[in-house]
Amino acid sequence: MRIDKEALTESSKGPGKKVGAVLVVGGGIVGMQAALDLADSGYYVHLVERSPGLGGIMSQLDKTFPTNECAM
Amino acid sequence: MGCGICAAKCPKKVPDEFNLGMSKRKAVYVPFAQTVPLKYTIDRNACLYFKAVDAGKKGKCKACEKFCENNAIDFDQKEEVIDLNVGSVILAPGFQAFDPAGLEAYHYTEFKNVVTSMDFERVLAATGPTEGHLLRPSDNKEPGKIAWLQCVGSRDINRCDNAYCSSVCCMYAIKEAMIASEHSHSPFDATIFFMDMRTYGKDFEKYYNRAKYDMGIRFIRCRVHSVEENEDTGLKVSYVNDNGDTRDENFDMIVLSVGLESSACAMDLASKMGIELDQYDFAKTSPFRPVATSKSGIYVAGCFQGPKDIPYSVMEASAAAAAASTDLASVRGTLKRVKEFPPERDVSGEEIRTGVFVCNCGINIGSVVNVPEVAEFARTLPDVTYVQENLFSCSQDAQDQLAGVIKEQGLNRVVVAACSPRTHEPLFQETMSNTGVNKHLFEMANIRDQNSWVHGSDPEAATQKAKDLVAMAAAKANYRVALEPIEVPLTKSTMVLGGGPAGMTAALTIADQGFKVYLVERKEQLGGHGLKMRKTFTGEPVGPFLDETIKRVNGHKNIEVHIGAEPVKVTGFVGNFHTSLDTGVEFDYGTAIIATGADSVSVDEYLYGQNPNVMKWFDLDKKIKEDPDFIRETKCAVAIHCVGSREPERPYCSKICCSHAIASAIDLKELNPEMNIFMLYRDIRTYGRLEELYQKARSMGIIFVRYDLESKPKVEEVDGELRVTVMDHVLGRPILLAPDFVTLYTAIAPRGSEKLSDMFKVTLNQEKFFQEAHMKLRPVDFSTDGIFVCGIAHYPKPLDECITQAQAAASRAVTILAQEKVVIEPIVAAFVERDACRGCGLCVALCPYGALEIEDTTEGRKVKLISASCKGCGICAATCYRHAISINAFTDTQIEAQMHALLHH
Repeated sequence: MRIDKEALTESSKGPGKKVGAVLVVGGGIVGMQAALDLADSGYYVHLVERSPGLGGIMSQLDKTFPTNECAM
Repeated sequence: MGCGICAAKCPKKVPDEFNLGMSKRKAVYVPFAQTVPLKYTIDRNACLYFKAVDAGKKGKCKACEKFCENNAIDFDQKEEVIDLNVGSVILAPGFQAFDPAGLEAYHYTEFKNVVTSMDFERVLAATGPTEGHLLRPSDNKEPGKIAWLQCVGSRDINRCDNAYCSSVCCMYAIKEAMIASEHSHSPFDATIFFMDMRTYGKDFEKYYNRAKYDMGIRFIRCRVHSVEENEDTGLKVSYVNDNGDTRDENFDMIVLSVGLESSACAMDLASKMGIELDQYDFAKTSPFRPVATSKSGIYVAGCFQGPKDIPYSVMEASAAAAAASTDLASVRGTLKRVKEFPPERDVSGEEIRTGVFVCNCGINIGSVVNVPEVAEFARTLPDVTYVQENLFSCSQDAQDQLAGVIKEQGLNRVVVAACSPRTHEPLFQETMSNTGVNKHLFEMANIRDQNSWVHGSDPEAATQKAKDLVAMAAAKANYRVALEPIEVPLTKSTMVLGGGPAGMTAALTIADQGFKVYLVERKEQLGGHGLKMRKTFTGEPVGPFLDETIKRVNGHKNIEVHIGAEPVKVTGFVGNFHTSLDTGVEFDYGTAIIATGADSVSVDEYLYGQNPNVMKWFDLDKKIKEDPDFIRETKCAVAIHCVGSREPERPYCSKICCSHAIASAIDLKELNPEMNIFMLYRDIRTYGRLEELYQKARSMGIIFVRYDLESKPKVEEVDGELRVTVMDHVLGRPILLAPDFVTLYTAIAPRGSEKLSDMFKVTLNQEKFFQEAHMKLRPVDFSTDGIFVCGIAHYPKPLDECITQAQAAASRAVTILAQEKVVIEPIVAAFVERDACRGCGLCVALCPYGALEIEDTTEGRKVKLISASCKGCGICAATCYRHAISINAFTDTQIEAQMHALLHH
């Protein structure tokens, strides 16, 4: 989902209280999996990636061991 | 829209970082074709306009803006700082590949044909600079002979500071060598120069064997110290072979297998977050809390935690999610957003009114396919009442317009002829739902990826094919019916099988989030192999952790512990399982985690069981703990590695034996520094930070002697004393040892997995370890929904990895338990004609997901469909010779209508 200003303000309420949102830094395979698990578990996730797209280093790999499946 | 016109018109080319500078990209670009979002970005440092502006001059160019047909370029956008308030943070910044430019001996920056393994990945890739053709950089000729040099930037304290093993290079080098030889057109010679072959993971050893014996890849045990360039840009490598002779050999190309390290960016992130790093600049964690950083509420996953492969990174991602989720369980769902749609219009009684939308996709389709002609053709199709051409069907404007047209024209079927349903079907379906029309009354024709992109040289035929595809989609749409998501109830509890460290960690991670757990342990006490562990490989005592864990499990209000119990019957499916234990207890639960462990095997070689001083694994640890005087009084100890592992009978590495053996040897040496200790090994596999153990052992004077499978050591008893003979490779002759005791590191093999595999309908690999759904991307899931695996029942692994995997399995289970019901997309198997089913069971036997069962009904034997477990693969429908079953949205009628349209329009 794209950045949602409403959600941003909502999750900015009340410092000191627990917030049901998580910041995930890094949009590679790890950041994406963590973000998906958290979103599926009922949390709002802010997934932050430095480059213009998701995918990380895994997208630069050709095949993966030990199955020789395409990394893409 | 991702049409790419901006990039086509941009005049500025810069090196493409995705291909590591081996090709060029434009200043306006997408990082790679499959990225998400597929939106072009301006690289401010390369853009001619911005470069001028940033230098204080008047900016020119803006070609991209001029040519963009959708006004999607805005040069006035400014960087914004956004404040976020979050409950937890997960750091997953990844790694950077070691830069070998500083290692002069390899001449990476001077010799063109010396590349890194990351460079070589791009050379092999179809999307890379050579489009997957195996060509070397100096002359674009196909190399016939390539050498891989291992441990570049790893296991090296002389030339760089990375003392650790990078964990993945042995395997990726084998992979690159295999793929390169598949790409090669001529006889191909791939050679890997290595120190220890570290193929320690699940199915890795078999991969190594395949490379060595089936594909003829050469493995030479030697660290190459320098590379020279020949006149023809070929490369000369000098090395010392097994017999101690120095050899020179020429190669066309050299790949440096570079290690993984933390990037400056990741370290900067760590310092901003205030978390501690270890001596290698990875995030500091503890083996008992492997994803927790030094700061509460901040977790780490992936290679910033330590060098590791993809599956273990993915496990850590889920584990970190579980840790964050545990902290925030009390506010779960408070910020969750649910999309709401207007009530659906019942279209079942209406006449069919199909709208066809033909997309130009900028020039992607329109420059090849005659779109107006296709649109005209669509008007002639039966039941098509509205046709429209779009420049970009996926734009926000086009979506709003589509919604308007559906309402105005009273459309009850929509066909979009455009790009791929893989990327865009959900978007169009959402627009339909927004207008109150069931999203399954939609059909897509892919006239871009499967047409204009591949038939660019033949516009006429491409136009004809587009018509065929549109006719087929419209014909199928006629038979599409409204489908509703299938909902089944969910029992919000989990059964965890196995009360060792993995099972207990999984149970606590779920119970701490407020869900009920039934923890079932076969033995009369909790703890599993943890009870026998004195300390972790990094030296922390295990006892206090285990005591605390057992205490927490026993006292937890959400955990019901059943010790001395085993399941005898398991029925049901995701959300609705039922189990009977042999103690007579029965319960319902929604998800299950299998953590039943594995054991070290006993062997009948090396006098095991015949001489009391031939021990295995924990026998020695027990001796160290209970009888230290024995250790102090002995003079010589021998440890034999790979006993029963990496042999034809068990062609896998048991992964933890090297580290355990070395850690125990260090203990022996500390208790008795005078003791002579010999480690008889095949490869030392102290991967990652465990390499420290190996370094320490060698510095303490522990002696490592390598043996081959062909010349295994001999253990004999002479006059009541042990004698060990082993062939020494360095000396080239056998050496005779007279140890006081011998410790065997025997293989670790699963226990009782076959019975559980039958009971839960989950699969095992050849060695009877539980088989995950996907080796890389679903490392703790089974193909059968709602069941997960962790610990050494999956594969041998050290305690910290068991804990990570247990947290990961818990995270996966919680993604189900956190819902109110099990909701599934209705693209599943359904009866067309239940009467036709004879209950023959063919489909049941073939279903890979356990989604079909035979039941006795009043009408006889019938198949029972368990929609919650169905993945819609269609094997049952294809198998059923009675045509009783089909897949929703892929029915025989629909497919026949498509074929009819293709052949007769």
